Parts: sequence; C-alpha cells; structure tokens
Amino acid sequence: MKLTSEEQAMLSGEHGSACKWALEHMLQVGRQFDAQDFVPVSQAHMMGDPESLGEAGVRFLERLVEDSAKVAIPTITDPRGVDLTYYRELGQTETMASLERRIIKACSSMGILLTNTCICYQTILPPVRGDHVAFGDTGVVIYTNSVLGAYSNFEGGPSALAAGLTGRTPRYGPHLDSNRCGTMRFIVRHPPRELTDWGVLGGIIGRAAGSYWEVPVLEGIDTVPTSDELKHFGAAMASYGSVPLFHIVGVTPEAGRIEDVFNKIPTSSTDIAKSNYEDFRKNFSAKGEKVDVVVFAAPQLSLMEISQVAALLDGRRINKSTALFVCTSPGVASDCDRMGLTNKIETCGGKLLRGTCFYQQFAREIAQANGWYHLVSNSAKIVNIIGGYGYKPSLASMEKCVESAIKGVLV
Amino acid sequence: MKRILKCHVGVGPKVIGEAMVSKDNFSARYDLDRIQGVFSRPTHKLFGQSYVGKILVMNTAKGGVASAWMLLEMKSRDMAPVGILFNRTNTILSQGAALAGISLCDQFEDGDITDLIGSGDHLFIDPERGIVEIV
Repeated sequence: MKLTSEEQAMLSGEHGSACKWALEHMLQVGRQFDAQDFVPVSQAHMMGDPESLGEAGVRFLERLVEDSAKVAIPTITDPRGVDLTYYRELGQTETMASLERRIIKACSSMGILLTNTCICYQTILPPVRGDHVAFGDTGVVIYTNSVLGAYSNFEGGPSALAAGLTGRTPRYGPHLDSNRCGTMRFIVRHPPRELTDWGVLGGIIGRAAGSYWEVPVLEGIDTVPTSDELKHFGAAMASYGSVPLFHIVGVTPEAGRIEDVFNKIPTSSTDIAKSNYEDFRKNFSAKGEKVDVVVFAAPQLSLMEISQVAALLDGRRINKSTALFVCTSPGVASDCDRMGLTNKIETCGGKLLRGTCFYQQFAREIAQANGWYHLVSNSAKIVNIIGGYGYKPSLASMEKCVESAIKGVLV
Repeated sequence: MKRILKCHVGVGPKVIGEAMVSKDNFSARYDLDRIQGVFSRPTHKLFGQSYVGKILVMNTAKGGVASAWMLLEMKSRDMAPVGILFNRTNTILSQGAALAGISLCDQFEDGDITDLIGSGDHLFIDPERGIVEIV
C-alpha cells in the first residue's frame, strides 16, 4: 500500500506504539483486500462487548491505554453487554460486570465516547453522502452505505479502533465507487407493509445474496419507507447475507434510476412474492407454545418504536411466566424516562435496558440463569442469531409479540 | 500425493492442521458454543462437532462484527481453529484473524475450496505466499 509521510511516521512508531499497532493491523487487512492506500475517515464506531472481548480482549485494550493510546477522530461505541443498573436481576455475574467496567474505563481513557448504540445513524451524528467512516456494526454499516450514501466497510472492533487511533482506514470494499454498483436485481411483487415484513424482506434478499461482495438492487417498493423500516430491512440483510450495501430504485440516494446503479442492467432478475415471506416465516413459528421471553432489540429501538410498544401494552400486565425486554440507546432511554414511556412499559412488567442489546449480553448464560428457551421477537435479525445460543426463536409482528407477552403463549 | 492450491495473499502465520470442510458459512457469534468449542447452531452443517485445532474450510464468512474480537478470545483459551479457508472472506473474519494471529486465506484459483479439500486432509497454509498444500 502507498503510505503518506504521516503514515510512514505512524508505522515507524513516531506516533507511539498504539498507532504503530493500528497501522500494522490495517496494512495486514488492507493487503488481503488489495487496498492501494488509506482513506481519511470522519468517525469510527467500535463494537466491543465483554462477551466478545473476554479477558484477552480487555487486556488488549488495557495495554493500549498503558501505551497512552488516544483516538484521533470522534470514536463512538456499539451497545454494551452489561447494563450496570440491572445485571444482577438479569442473571449476569460480577465477573461479567467487572469486564464491562474495565472496558468502559479503557475506552474512556482513550477518549472514546461511550454512546453504546447501534442506531447512531438515528441518534448521534449521521454521516452525509460521500462521507468516509469506519463503522462497526453490520446494521449501522449497511444503513450508512445504502440509505445515507456514505462509505464504510464492516469494521470489527479492532479495525474500528485502529481507524479511531489513526483517523484513516484502508481504501477497499464500499469505499471504492467501483464496488458500489449493483450485482443482483430483485423485483418486489409483494411490498412489505409493516416493520417485521421489512426485516423478512431483508432476510430473503440477504440469503439470496449471501456474500459481502454482492450489491442487491430492488425495484417495486411503492412507498417511501421510514427510517425504522429501512433499519430492520438493512440489519436483517446484513445478518443473513453479510451484505454491506443495497440500493432501492427511487428511494436510496445512489439509485434515482436503475441505470444509475448498473453499468449494464441485467436482463434477468428475481421476483419476491408473498410466498417468499410465508416460506421465510415458517422457520420461525411456534404458535400456541409457551413464551419465555419477548425481546424488542437488534437493532435498538427508536423513540417511535418504544412509543408503539408502550401503546400496545396499554397498561395491561405481562404474563407472570414471561419476561419482556426493550433495548435502546442511553439517549433514547433518557427521553423515554422524561416522556413517561419507561414507566408505562415497566408498570406492565416489562424492562427497558439501557445501552445494551439482548444478544450481546451473554445470551447463553442469561438463558441458563433464567430458564429461558422460547424467545419471541419482531426482529428478523435476532431470530437469526439467537439459535446458536441455545434458544428456540419465533418471529412475530410487534402487535403479536406484545399479545404473546400478555398471554404467555405465542399468538 | 502432495497438491498445491494457489490463493490470494492472506493473513496470519504459516500453519499445519487437519481440515474440517463444510459447504456452509461461518460466524463465531452465530454458529459456535465458544466455551465448549463446538458448532452450536442447530441448522449448521457441522452442528455438534468440535472445531478446536482444526482448519475450517467453508464457503464464506457471514453475520456480524463480533467475530473480530472473538477469535482472539478463543485463541487465548486454546479453543480456536488454527486456520480458516474460504472461497471468499468478508472483512470481519480477516480483521479478526489478523488480530488473533490465525491464518486465513481465500480466492482459490482452482475452484470451490470446499470441493478441492476433504475433511481429514492434512494441510499446510502459507498466507504470505498465498498457497495451501494438501500434504
């Protein structure tokens, strides 16, 4: 890779050993993806929950702090794994909380802003079109690339941190315009009508694409989606297919017309019909079965979504054998407190978790501690993830999730 | 008989190990019980099997960003694969392998790597040179 004089200085250790590590790490990765140089980035977003880091990852961060590491650009964080105001009740241990406290301390020491959110594009500082960033949650990245028209790879925690320390990232993947052209064409014959439908459509497209290097292009979306709908759509597509970028003709900024996103418009395309949604949902349905836990998360909820959950509960008591969790950012949680939404949910027996996401909270261990098996959610993303943690996942609309929580069985 | 497969330059050190092949995709978060060292996702083709010390040979990487930290955590407890070969990697698995010092290569010239290598084959991976030997 071609290095500037500043990058050469970083590599030789003139900017400290943390910057030297960061450059070496990014050079190694950039080489695998044929990056020719680095691109300056305006923000970094780092994933780093204690389950993923473990003792080894936490020590890694602490060693960087010992080396006087400081971020060079605004660097923010993905959800934490322990809500320190509620971990004992959740069945998490002191060991987990201790790891979390050490991560928070290390990140703070490096100047990282602990936003603890995977909806930074809705709540913190959304990048603008053409902005290069190093974001590190797949749902954040696909939204940033596709809906905002900014440029990011999927950056894992270490690479996002390396970008934060140096203010740059290797230029490859969606940072290059040549990698942002459509590669697959889908005609949506049955447009999604509610939030979970959008997640299901994202899952269908993600499965069909199945690669970081595919760029799906959709036609047939007949209404302007909301930010929450595209949030669920993108998060599911990234989860099922590892896809970082999509275009919706007439909706997303780079796809005013289909010819804008294809060098040569493909003659073949794939139709998405009502039956595709039904087939997808068949994998995640256990109607009539006891529900242990209802989860609204992945991605964290916006204020509007939480308002809907509170309205659907409508003061009714959640079944005593079922738990209900709503995960959101600390900022949105404060708004919910102020507006009375937290109280509305918690007086019904639900719980608003702050700055965490359910699946990033030692999901296997809290299932064992609480005896949870059957999980119901309106998130197509979380039902894809959570099976590996030993849960039986079901997918239902927000309305049905709430009704299931009240009845204690999947309606 | 020894066979040499050429691939793109990868990340990580030279390693030898036994192949564990599947026409499935891979994520440390989605697919593994990292404490027990087994594939735990019921729908994964390697469900129930131990991956510890093996060279995973799969189609591609999938899912979220967590694998980038998890490979380091797994390696610190000696509960990691020694290498990973994909038809095509994604960014996360390469970043995680680079941090953890686990060998990872992709883009094989001779075709689908999950056809070219069989489970139980003994492999030598040289990421720097972009070659994998079936020995």
